[in-house]
Amino acid sequence: MSGSPSLTSESPTLMDETPAGREPAGLRPAPTPTLPRLLAGLESHEAMSLDDHLAIHGDIALHRGRGRAREGEHLIEEIEHSGLRGHGGGGFPVARKLRAVAGARGRPIVVVNAAEGEPASQKDRTLLQTLPHLVIDGGLLCANALGAREVIICVCESELSSQETVARAIDERRRMPGAGRLAELTLATAPSGYVAGQESALVNHLNGGPAKPTFTPPMPFQQGVRRRPTLVNNAETLAHVALIARHGAHWFRELGTEAQPGSALITISGALAHPGVYEIEYGAPLNSLIAAGGGLTSGARAVLLGGYAGAWLGAEYLDELILSEEHLGPHGATLGAGIVLLLSEAACPVAETARVARWLAEEGAGQCGPCVNGLDALALTVEAIAAGGVNAARCNQRISRLGGLVYGRGACAHPDGAVRFITSAARTFAAEFADHAEHGPCDACNRPSELPLPAGAGRGGSTRIPGARP
Amino acid sequence: MNILATAGPSTYWYLTRSTGAVALVLLTLAIALGVVDVERWSTPRWPRFVVDSLHRNVSLLAVVFLLLHILTAVLDSFAPISLVNAVIPFSGSYRPFWLGLGAVSFDLILAVTFTSLLRQRMGYSTWRTIHWLTYASWPIALLHTFGTGSDVKSGWMLWLGVGCFGVVVVAILVRVLAGWPEQLRTRTAALAGTGIFSLFLLFWLPGGPLGSEWARRSGTPPALLPHSHLTSASLRAAR
Amino acid sequence: MCAELLPERITLDEWGYPVIDPEPIPRSLLDHARRAAQACPTFALLLERDQD
Repeated sequence: MSGSPSLTSESPTLMDETPAGREPAGLRPAPTPTLPRLLAGLESHEAMSLDDHLAIHGDIALHRGRGRAREGEHLIEEIEHSGLRGHGGGGFPVARKLRAVAGARGRPIVVVNAAEGEPASQKDRTLLQTLPHLVIDGGLLCANALGAREVIICVCESELSSQETVARAIDERRRMPGAGRLAELTLATAPSGYVAGQESALVNHLNGGPAKPTFTPPMPFQQGVRRRPTLVNNAETLAHVALIARHGAHWFRELGTEAQPGSALITISGALAHPGVYEIEYGAPLNSLIAAGGGLTSGARAVLLGGYAGAWLGAEYLDELILSEEHLGPHGATLGAGIVLLLSEAACPVAETARVARWLAEEGAGQCGPCVNGLDALALTVEAIAAGGVNAARCNQRISRLGGLVYGRGACAHPDGAVRFITSAARTFAAEFADHAEHGPCDACNRPSELPLPAGAGRGGSTRIPGARP
Repeated sequence: MNILATAGPSTYWYLTRSTGAVALVLLTLAIALGVVDVERWSTPRWPRFVVDSLHRNVSLLAVVFLLLHILTAVLDSFAPISLVNAVIPFSGSYRPFWLGLGAVSFDLILAVTFTSLLRQRMGYSTWRTIHWLTYASWPIALLHTFGTGSDVKSGWMLWLGVGCFGVVVVAILVRVLAGWPEQLRTRTAALAGTGIFSLFLLFWLPGGPLGSEWARRSGTPPALLPHSHLTSASLRAAR
Repeated sequence: MCAELLPERITLDEWGYPVIDPEPIPRSLLDHARRAAQACPTFALLLERDQD
């Protein structure tokens, strides 16, 4: 079961110090199948050096030449047997994506996606700031398997410390003997918009265009960066690849569930003693994660799973929720990019929903009519409810009608997520919504927001709910 | 009888002027329909797809007449116009500048036509940007008409041109004002451009094509200029 | 325009954007569907062959 040390607590790592040495994979004894895996050996918030990384995880042999093709196929098979899925929110099977890129024409290129535009997620920047070499390993392994010569690591342009640690890590790699035989590592920045981290948006940005999703073919795996077949994977996904390459699919599956094997990084925040990034195994109860985080600080009103493209569930579900897609699915929820947010009882869910709904409407790429118009209409409706003096039933009807009109009618999944966020809020907080519709803003409406938004958000709409008492 | 025939305008000369006039009218109509199309005006009896089809078909018809206009001008033996002059601007010897404007306009229309026929193969914004060249091709075509057209002084060509110009101005005003004040800079520039062009016509026409000896001033080869003493080389040879 | 050309499968939402009925297109409507897809000014409609 999971004992999950976090990066913010002082608890010692659960793994014993492993013997130092750089034996190639396969010759080391496999580590015991417990957590931490990705976070193994992490003792501080400093970036782990290349030497420490190799000491803890061992080296991986990246052959070039005749052995490469066979080894590449071996890695893809191993990933396939492991059942690894993407950790960027899409959950796409990684082996399938690798095969699609391998099968396309032209020399592939690997892109590490650490853009992390979701405000409530911190895992990717944490990985880059503390364990850059794990991510780089994954990138190089995929490049090797695909015959790619370049690995581009994309970091959000506002994440200066991540950029610094990645640059230094790349430098460490360059100074290693034999570095010239491996794929070239480059650091690139991505704009900080919410949709900028979407796969095709990122590719468009790297090609010099706007960071907006594409809906017309060719897709990135066929023609992406510089018209080459492009593999875009989340940073955490590649960190898992780095470990699977060393310890195998069987080892990977020893944690997690049958349907969702392995471990994952979860960003948990809100009414928690020690919010931060934790590593869990899939199938762990939400309660164990809350316990690892030091427990609730105040009463929790509800939990938001999956970030702003996810869904709300009321506090009554806290005890029974299990962190895996097969358990959350029937509740209408998803882990998304591994985000859990606990809303305190003191917060006003209506005001919070209104703020985020408005932000989501502004963060769209502006390419699709239904999204531009629909998300704006949805935000207006929630803002109207928050301000009061409207008919609750009619507003709820409007929300579900608009949701139906917007869902699935955009070029990317942004409107779908926003609809899910808003409709689940209307359902979970039905009483509060009805109360606001009739009586207007409550005392809690103008509290500092618990739902994080980037600085400067709310310029277009109002962050203050009109009529609320200051 | 033969002498007079070779010395004077042939059937082709009449054809090139008439097809040119028709092309101008059709291009005017194409622009007007284009504005109706993009503004999404429709009635139950004129649904949008009908307006759109009409715009496309009228535009194609305009191109057909334009090609006839060019072909008959080339075939005509009165004025030395070659096929090259039709696509390479300012390369001819007959009123090179004013004819050249026709070539410029034709080149722009060719670009618009090809991109529209091959729409499915290019990005939407590429197609749209090139399509806006129609707004440039039309006034150039009008200047070409007034500059080369030998009928301008006789009145009907002038009024036809002015009438078409009026229609295009209205179309531009509708297009610019319908979305006001979005994209203010582009819209203001369009209004300014239209205004400046109108003023230019107002001041240029009387002293230009409507003025004296325009044929000579516009670059008609001296041999083709009407002289009362018939010194043209072809006539001499015929005798 | 697409809603005019293929009302059997396309209706317009309150903002004038097409809402597509996901029902497959029978042979009798195929030409109309193709024309509707080509008429779209922004190439937003794609006619796809169903892989069965």
